[in-house]
Amino acid sequence: MQLLEKFRDPAIGRGLLEKVVARAGQVREKLGRRAVFMEVCGTHTVAISRAGLRSILGEYMELRSGPGCPVCVTDYGDIDRMVAFGALPGVTVGTFGDMVRVPGSRTSLERQRAAGADVRLFYSPRDAVAWAAAHPGREMVFLGVGFETTAPGVGAAIAEARARGLKNFSVFSAHKIVPPAMRAILADPDLKLDGFILPGHVSTIIGRRAFDFIAAEYGLPAVVSGFEPLDIIDAVYRLLGQLLSGEARVENGYTRLVREEGNPRARAQMYEVFTVGDASWRGFGLIPQSGLDIRETYRDFDAAARFEVTIEPPRLPKGCACGDLLKGKLAPTDCRLFGTACTPEHPVGPCMVSSEGACAAYYQYERR
Amino acid sequence: MCLGIPGRVLEVNPENQTAVIETFGVKNTVSTFFVPDVQVGDYLMVHTGYAIEKLDVEEAEIRIKLWEEILSDATPGEVSRPGDR
Repeated sequence: MQLLEKFRDPAIGRGLLEKVVARAGQVREKLGRRAVFMEVCGTHTVAISRAGLRSILGEYMELRSGPGCPVCVTDYGDIDRMVAFGALPGVTVGTFGDMVRVPGSRTSLERQRAAGADVRLFYSPRDAVAWAAAHPGREMVFLGVGFETTAPGVGAAIAEARARGLKNFSVFSAHKIVPPAMRAILADPDLKLDGFILPGHVSTIIGRRAFDFIAAEYGLPAVVSGFEPLDIIDAVYRLLGQLLSGEARVENGYTRLVREEGNPRARAQMYEVFTVGDASWRGFGLIPQSGLDIRETYRDFDAAARFEVTIEPPRLPKGCACGDLLKGKLAPTDCRLFGTACTPEHPVGPCMVSSEGACAAYYQYERR
Repeated sequence: MCLGIPGRVLEVNPENQTAVIETFGVKNTVSTFFVPDVQVGDYLMVHTGYAIEKLDVEEAEIRIKLWEEILSDATPGEVSRPGDR
């Protein structure tokens, strides 16, 4: 890992930051205001907060968080449905850890579990398949939450379950894909963004090229970035460079991992099992063709088709600004509840729960 | 679930398409289903137990060199041309 240590080299970081500040000053002069860049990925949000970049660079530019935390963008109705699976007799709910504490309208998986539901955490959907194979008397419903990075793995797990002849493994798919949400943001006339820091691992799957529309159709610069502090500083440096020279391109700042065409094997697995359909996003509402539904050919592994759950109309918590935050309209610190009624110990909205949520990141690293 | 974990390959098991990787001293078995031709010594980026890509060491070194160049050529306040690659 010596090589990767280099990507955290403080001397290079300081040097590059000076360069960024110099460029940012020139951009501020050119625009007559601070440049506003959005980081689309929740892991970037956390990395930026942890490295202190938001405050270091705050005088020169604004780094705004976007809809990149999959748990956060999961709609209330979907969370209520996930919780409802936990109440079905004979069902064990399998989930990534982040999802457990997210409050639905009335309760959460965590509280369901305290009340006796069988809710199990898995790092990998493969482990959930293995669990189902070892417990044939239980129905494993795995909660598929995540973007293009997670969906191929869940798709592979479903294919594995079929290959092993498992009858007690199914997935509730709340998977989403990133480009349609970015189009929704780009189409919003209230949002004045000057560029995007693009999600490195989503790009690893779908390829740098998949984001070309940002420059071609909307005339904005964008840079695919890795997750080390130097990667992010470099991405900002490149965005500023494009603004100065009046260019708009989608650059690849993460060439050690991201290929032009992405990872075709992972994509093939994803589309073997899933098909693109409409999806509801917290804050945005319905975004056409932005979700991943399990194909008819894998219906036996689709929890939504196999189990009937009825939910009450979702109830939204009063005062939670998570929706506007995900659309890039607000910063966590603009929310009235931030740090008072809403804390990581007592989260009101998902942005304070998930380790990738902007509110949790700001609370941990940027509270003054 | 979005956290990517990089690791160095210690052992490859082609028969079940898995590999044992080491990440800062911790060993893990991961699926290599999405990444063909994994060799011992490769670096993999892993999401939820699946390797999503092989890390290109040469590209990583080029990037570091590029930064060192940017810094050594630097005069304060200079605007260098973007789009080096």
